[in-house]
Amino acid sequence: MTMLGKLDSSAIPFDQPIPLVAALGVFLAGVAVLGWITVKGYWPYLWNEWISSVDHKRIGVMYIVLAMLMLLRGFIDAIMMRTQQVLAIHGPGYLPPEHYDQIFSAHGTIMIFFAAMPFMIGLMNFAVPLQLGIRDVAFPTLNSVSFWLTASGALLVNISLVIGEFARTGWLPYAPLSETTYSPGVGVDYYLWSIQISGVGTLLTGVNLVTTILKMRAPGMGYLRMPMFCWTSLASNLLIVAAFPILTATLAMLTLDRYLGFHFFTNEAGGNQMMFVNLIWAWGHPEVYILVLPAFGIFSEVFSTFSSKPLFGYRSMVAATMFICIVSFMVWLHHFFTMGAGADVNAAFGIATSVIAVGTGVKIYNWLFTMYGGRIRFDTPMLWALGFVTTFTVGGMTGVLLAVPPADFVLHNSLFLVAHFHNVIISGVLFGAFAGFTYWFPKAFGFRLHEGWGKAAFWVTLAGYMLVFVPLYIVGLLGMTRRLQHIDMDLWAPWLVVAVFGVLVMIAGAALQIMQLAVSIRHRDKLRDETGDPWDGRSLEWSTSSPPPVFNYARLPYVEDEEPYWRIKQRAREEKRPGAEEGYEPIEMPRNSPTGFVTAFFSTLIGFALIWHIWWLAIVGFIGAYATFVVFAWRDHGDYEIPAEEVARIDDDHKAAQSARLRRWERPA
Amino acid sequence: MTDTESRPGEMQDRRDSAPGEERITEHEVAGGLLGYVIGYGLAILLTIASFLAAQTDLIYQPAVISALVVLAVAQMGVHLVFFLHLTTGPDNTNNILALAFGVLIVALVVLGSVWIMAHLNENMAAMTAHQAGTMP
Repeated sequence: MTMLGKLDSSAIPFDQPIPLVAALGVFLAGVAVLGWITVKGYWPYLWNEWISSVDHKRIGVMYIVLAMLMLLRGFIDAIMMRTQQVLAIHGPGYLPPEHYDQIFSAHGTIMIFFAAMPFMIGLMNFAVPLQLGIRDVAFPTLNSVSFWLTASGALLVNISLVIGEFARTGWLPYAPLSETTYSPGVGVDYYLWSIQISGVGTLLTGVNLVTTILKMRAPGMGYLRMPMFCWTSLASNLLIVAAFPILTATLAMLTLDRYLGFHFFTNEAGGNQMMFVNLIWAWGHPEVYILVLPAFGIFSEVFSTFSSKPLFGYRSMVAATMFICIVSFMVWLHHFFTMGAGADVNAAFGIATSVIAVGTGVKIYNWLFTMYGGRIRFDTPMLWALGFVTTFTVGGMTGVLLAVPPADFVLHNSLFLVAHFHNVIISGVLFGAFAGFTYWFPKAFGFRLHEGWGKAAFWVTLAGYMLVFVPLYIVGLLGMTRRLQHIDMDLWAPWLVVAVFGVLVMIAGAALQIMQLAVSIRHRDKLRDETGDPWDGRSLEWSTSSPPPVFNYARLPYVEDEEPYWRIKQRAREEKRPGAEEGYEPIEMPRNSPTGFVTAFFSTLIGFALIWHIWWLAIVGFIGAYATFVVFAWRDHGDYEIPAEEVARIDDDHKAAQSARLRRWERPA
Repeated sequence: MTDTESRPGEMQDRRDSAPGEERITEHEVAGGLLGYVIGYGLAILLTIASFLAAQTDLIYQPAVISALVVLAVAQMGVHLVFFLHLTTGPDNTNNILALAFGVLIVALVVLGSVWIMAHLNENMAAMTAHQAGTMP
């Protein structure tokens, strides 16, 4: 028995049909997919083109695939919570408390760490190097390591569904509830190790993208010529670099408490559980902006492109972004106004919280003025952006309301708060992710997503989202607290029923998105984009072919203003030729490397072993991970060269498409 | 940003190089082996000064703490300049900004936490022996 630590057959929940059936379904689906890949002989392709790829575009796509899968997983948790609350009015419902508590904890953890974060990081990975006009990120192999560590964390969270249990503490494991006294099981350990492992990946991404943006821009691209998405990505990654170490340290202290009997956050022996709350939110609030700043960047690109105008107030947008970046570190106490810090502290942090909304307000007005007088095209990305700007403003205002400490004392921990943060995070982050997804999809795959299904998905999702969260605002004001497993108040019942109806509408929205993807892949030849510029874009990524070649740009573009590709197009029309003809040079590109995948394999072993106290396996994992690092560090050559003729050959098709489009433009309409 | 407006094809911003790059020491006062020796000497001197300040009567007793703080800050300065090659030159903008950002964030989090925890400590009554006894 000691060979397997705490792990034995009692870890598998044979008595609970829901997780068991779900796990069985996932397992069978997984086996089916793996079997299909094997039968079709896709393994070499998968390994060479995706798993071991260090191409930032491929890694970005894999991040987004992971994020979408986890988004569905987290959504299923949400559906269960909403239905439980309706079925448990004056009754037990179908989820026992210990299971319900795991579900709301898993919902938050998965949505933030494994849906929202990978989605945003995926979009940054894909688009930032293209927008900067460069060939890859600063550290391509490290990028692959980052992705696979994130996937490793996601895998561990999902393993907890079948083997053992997940945390019952909420998405932030507040001490002392998360200490061994109150949470003796492996749930919190699953949380700790999966977040620590994926957190390393996130931190490395932060370092990677900050370096890329600061050091590797295309020639001529000064800081104030970067596209807005690059600016917000820079701010977001600076926050990752500054904030994630706080999370790592806080969770490490909790780990020491749980594993080695330390007393950082315990009740006894001088521990202070309030310090846990303080530290976790010192990371937690910047985290909010880590998620939403890239989305703000996406919306900036979308508003400008689909209004056929330059972004209004570019410099004020940069200033607002950096203002938010700094001030996001001055507001964390608003998450625990009620913990007892007193009037001085609460007032200071309340005012800081209201002030940070000014930066966001500047952005909102800039987006509105970008649309003003523009020739607006209502394609799907623009619809998501419009849905964002209208509903996010409401969410932002309820946020400013909650920033007033006396109001927060009334609304703290209520469903009003839950409605507020879903209001901002769904319209801000999720709509941003969907806007970015539909906006850059043609760039990544060479064909557009179907507009009809996309628009239907937008309207249905928007309606469902309002139907779920407006009632939650109301029940919050009626005094309903969050995370209730059963309900005894008739006053709340009708609103909870409306919310469940809204969930059904949101399910339809998700189904429409999946249909959009399926239909688009089926009709990809009809939706094909030959020019590489389906939206009449303004920044550099639209100047290369779709999908871009592995080296992105046959020749590095030279940047002369804020909208380089717009200028290139203008000039091409004036001069009636696509661009100056220059020779090609051979290009050096980084080689594929399995380092990321192998590292993540070993770190999954380490995580699983530490969760179950299987010490020998943890040691094996550490040795394996270290050996992988040594092998990578001693590699002979990390680059290969693409000869100039090959570059010219690849670029020829794109040039032909550009010339064809130029001829179309010249023809009078 | 004029410093990045170089001719097309030149990938790297010449005036902004990472520490450890060879040419960084070319124009630096504290560059080369001599720089490290001077830095080492200064670091040792500051360390000895700290011990002297703490263990002798050279300094007015209530001011010892302040003196140690000053010496510690000087020590950090020596490390930054001589070992981490932080200069005020234009090639060091990113490093200076990174340091400033780091110091700012650490200051915000540490001072903020101290302030918050002090207030919590003041406002939250300590547990009585009886209450502590009923804890699980």
